[in-house]
Amino acid sequence: MNEHHGFFEVALVYLAAAVISVPLAKRLGLGSVLGYLAAGVAIGPFALGLVGGDAQGGGVMHVAEFGVVVMLFLIGLELNLPALWRMRGSLLGLGGLQVLGSGLALAGGAAWWGLGWRQALATGFILSLSSTAIVLQSLREKSLQSTAGGHHAFATLLFQDLAVIPMLAVLPLLAGKEVAAHVGSSALVGLPAWLQGLAVLGAVSGVVVLGRWLMPYVFGYIARSGLREIFTAAALLLVIALATLMNQVGLSPALGAFLGGVVLAGSSYRHELEGDLEPFKGILLGLFFVSIGASMDLHLIMANPGRIALLVAGVVLIKATVLAGLSKSFRFGADTGSLYTLSLFQAGEFAFVLLGQARALDVLASETAATLNAVVAVSMALTPLALLVYQHWLMPRFQAGGATQTRPADVVEHRSPVILVGFGRFGNYVGRLLRSQGIRPVILETDAEHIELTRRLGFEVHYGDATRLELLHAAGAADAKLMIIAADAEETIDRLVAMARRHFPQLQLVVRANGMDHRARLLNAGVEHVFHELAGSALDAGARALRLLGLPAYTAERAARRFSRHDLETAAELAALSHDEPAYVALVRERVAALESLFRSDPIHPDGLDDHAWDRVPRQRGHERGN
Amino acid sequence: MSRSRILILFFHPALHKSQVNRHLIAAAEAVDGVSVRHQYELYPDYLIDVKAEQDALVAHDIIILHHPFYWYSAPSLAKEWLDLVLEIGWAFGEGGTALLGKRLMQAVTCGGSAEIYCCGGRHLHSVREFLLPFEESARLCGMTYLAPFIVYGTGNLRSAEEVAPHARDYAAVLEAMRDGRLDLEKAVKLQWLNEDLSALITTPSPP
Repeated sequence: MNEHHGFFEVALVYLAAAVISVPLAKRLGLGSVLGYLAAGVAIGPFALGLVGGDAQGGGVMHVAEFGVVVMLFLIGLELNLPALWRMRGSLLGLGGLQVLGSGLALAGGAAWWGLGWRQALATGFILSLSSTAIVLQSLREKSLQSTAGGHHAFATLLFQDLAVIPMLAVLPLLAGKEVAAHVGSSALVGLPAWLQGLAVLGAVSGVVVLGRWLMPYVFGYIARSGLREIFTAAALLLVIALATLMNQVGLSPALGAFLGGVVLAGSSYRHELEGDLEPFKGILLGLFFVSIGASMDLHLIMANPGRIALLVAGVVLIKATVLAGLSKSFRFGADTGSLYTLSLFQAGEFAFVLLGQARALDVLASETAATLNAVVAVSMALTPLALLVYQHWLMPRFQAGGATQTRPADVVEHRSPVILVGFGRFGNYVGRLLRSQGIRPVILETDAEHIELTRRLGFEVHYGDATRLELLHAAGAADAKLMIIAADAEETIDRLVAMARRHFPQLQLVVRANGMDHRARLLNAGVEHVFHELAGSALDAGARALRLLGLPAYTAERAARRFSRHDLETAAELAALSHDEPAYVALVRERVAALESLFRSDPIHPDGLDDHAWDRVPRQRGHERGN
Repeated sequence: MSRSRILILFFHPALHKSQVNRHLIAAAEAVDGVSVRHQYELYPDYLIDVKAEQDALVAHDIIILHHPFYWYSAPSLAKEWLDLVLEIGWAFGEGGTALLGKRLMQAVTCGGSAEIYCCGGRHLHSVREFLLPFEESARLCGMTYLAPFIVYGTGNLRSAEEVAPHARDYAAVLEAMRDGRLDLEKAVKLQWLNEDLSALITTPSPP
C-alpha cells in the first residue's frame, strides 16, 4: 500500500473494484475469481494506478493472505481426522506422485532453460504446487467440489500444502552456503537448528493439545455467555493466534490454521465456527485475488511477452502432462481425469512465498524470481478460464456421451441429507429414530450444556444458532433434502421455516408445533408436515387410560388413532379460519361436540369409534359376521 | 402318559362385542394346562414379537387358533401372525422343523348355521373347506391338522345359558386333548370336531 494512501482510501478502491467487477464477471459466466483478478489488474499500477503494485511488499496482499489462512482453517474444520485418514490413499499416493513428478519434470525443464541444478530443483518444486485458493474457490462456485475429480484435486492440494513445510526446510540447504539468517518474522532466528526443530515440534503439539482439550471448554464458556460477537471474536482470535504461532516458528501460517481446523473438526462448535468465519474468508479471499491481480507485473510481461508466454506454456504443459499421466495410471474416467488435470495445472500462491524465500536465501536471482512470479500469476489467472472450458464444453459431452465413462458423483462424507435443528426433548427422539435406521443427520443445538451431555452419550451434536444463514450453509442446507425443525421456541421455528423456504426451497420440512394455534398458523402458512409437540404422547397416554378402564387394547389403540386423525383434519380446517375469530371459535365448539358425542352413547364401549365390523348384532340385512 | 401342553392363540379385535367368545375363552382359561395368548391385547399396534411367539409355539404340543369367522377366514392379525411367525427355515423349508409333529386345531365362531355351510347351502362350501389355507399351512409345517371346533349361529345365542353348552364342549375337548383321550384318527377326518363329541372322546380311565 502506498504511503500516501490512507486506510479508507485503500479500502474504498479495493471494495469498489470488487463490488463492480465481481457481479459483472459472474453475470458474464466467468466466475468470481476471474472478476477479482480483473478488478486487481484494473486498479493496479499498470492500469488505473489507484493502488501501488509492489508485488512482494503490498500491505493489502499481506492482509489478504489472511484470507487464505482462514480458508485453510475452514477446510481443516470440514475434515476431521477419520475423514483425513480415509483420504490417505489419494492424499499420499496421488498428491505425493504429483509433487514429485511435477517437481522433477519442471526442474528438468528449468535446467534445460539454463538454470543451475540447485536453482532448477528449487524452481521445479516451487512451481509444482498449485493454487489451493483459486482451485477450491472455483470448484465450489461451479459445484464441482463433490465430484470425483474435485475430490482428487482437493486431496492433491492438501498434500501440496503439507509439502510446503519440507520445502521451506530444504530451501536453505539449496543455498549451498552457511545460512546466516532464517527468513521471515521467525522469532527463532539465530537459534541452533536442533532448538528450532524442537520449537516447531512443540508448536505443533501445542496446537493439537489446545485444539483438542482446551478450546472446547473455552468455546463452551463463551457460548454460555450468550454474546454472539464475542464468539466471533474468539474464532478470529484463534485463527490469528495459530497463524502467528506458526509464523514465529517459521512454518506456514496457513498450514498452522489447517492443523487447528482439523483438530477442531470433531468439536461441537464446528458449524458455529464455520458460520462465523465464512464471511471473513469470503471477503479476505476476494481481496487476496484482487491483490494478486494488482501485483501482476504487467511491465515485466509487456517487456517480453513472448518469453513469459513461452514460460507459462511450458510450465502449464509440463504440469498438465504429469497430471494427465497420473489420471491414466490411477484409472480415472475421462471426465474425472480432465477435471483433475484442468484444475491443477497452474502454479499457486505458495509459490509467491517460496520464491520470496528463495530470493532472500540467494537460491534464486532477483530477476529469475520476478519472472517466475509473473509466470505464476498468469498461470493462476488461466485457471478459472480452464474450468470454464471444462464446465461448458467438456462436462456436457461426458454427460451426454455414455454413462459408463463417468463415475457417479462422490458423496461428501461430512454432509448428511438431513439436518435436525434442536436436540432437546423433541429432537432427540426424532434423531434417535433416524439413527436406528442408519441415518445420521447433521444435528444443531444451541444449549451448550445439553450438548456436553448428549455428546457423552455418543451423539455428534453441533453447537450453533440455526437461524443464522451462514450456519445453515455450513451445515449443508443447500445440498440437503430434509430439515427437521425441532427447536423449542415458537419464534425460532417460524424463523427457520421462513429462512428455509426463502434460501433453500429444495428442502422438505418436518416441523414441530408448540400448540394448537401454532400448528394452525404453520398449516396456514402452507407447511405440510406439522406435528403438535405433545399430541403423540398425550394420545398414547389416553389410549392407555382407556385400556385401564376396561377397553380392549386394540379398540383403545384405534380410538387414539381415530382421534388423532380427527384432530389433524380439524387443525387443517381451523387453519383456514384463523383470520376469522368468530368462525374459528364456532368450529372449535362444533368439532369438540362432535367428538364427544362419539363417546356419549357408551363411555366404556364407544361403538361410534369403531368401524361397524365386528358387531355383536347384525346391523342390517342379516349379515352373518356378528360373532 | 404325559399330558400334552396346549396353547390357544386367541384373535378377536373387539371382544367386548362378542359374548360367545368371552364365554368360550373363559372356559378355556379355566382348564388346567392350557395357556391362552390374547393376541389383540398383546399387539394392538400389530407389531408382533416373532421371537416370543416362536418360543410359545415350541413350548407347547397342541396349538389352537381361536378366532371368529370373518369373511370366510380369520381376523387380519391372524394373517399377520402367520406371515411373520412361521418363518422359512424355522417352520418350513430347509431346516424348518420347529413345529414338526405338533397338532393344529382351529376354534371358530360363526354367525351362520351349519346348514348353510355345505354343498347345497348358501355359501356352497363347508367352514372346514373355507379354512383350507390354514390346513395346508399346518401340513407344510409338518403339523397334524385336526377338524375345527365350530360354534355356529352365534347371532342366535343371546344369553349365557345358550352359550354355556358350547363352552362346556370346548373345555371337554381341551381336557381330552390334553390327556390323550381324543381319537385323533377320527378327529382329522371330520368336517367339524364337535359334530359328535361322544364318539370322539373316551371317558377318563380311573387313576
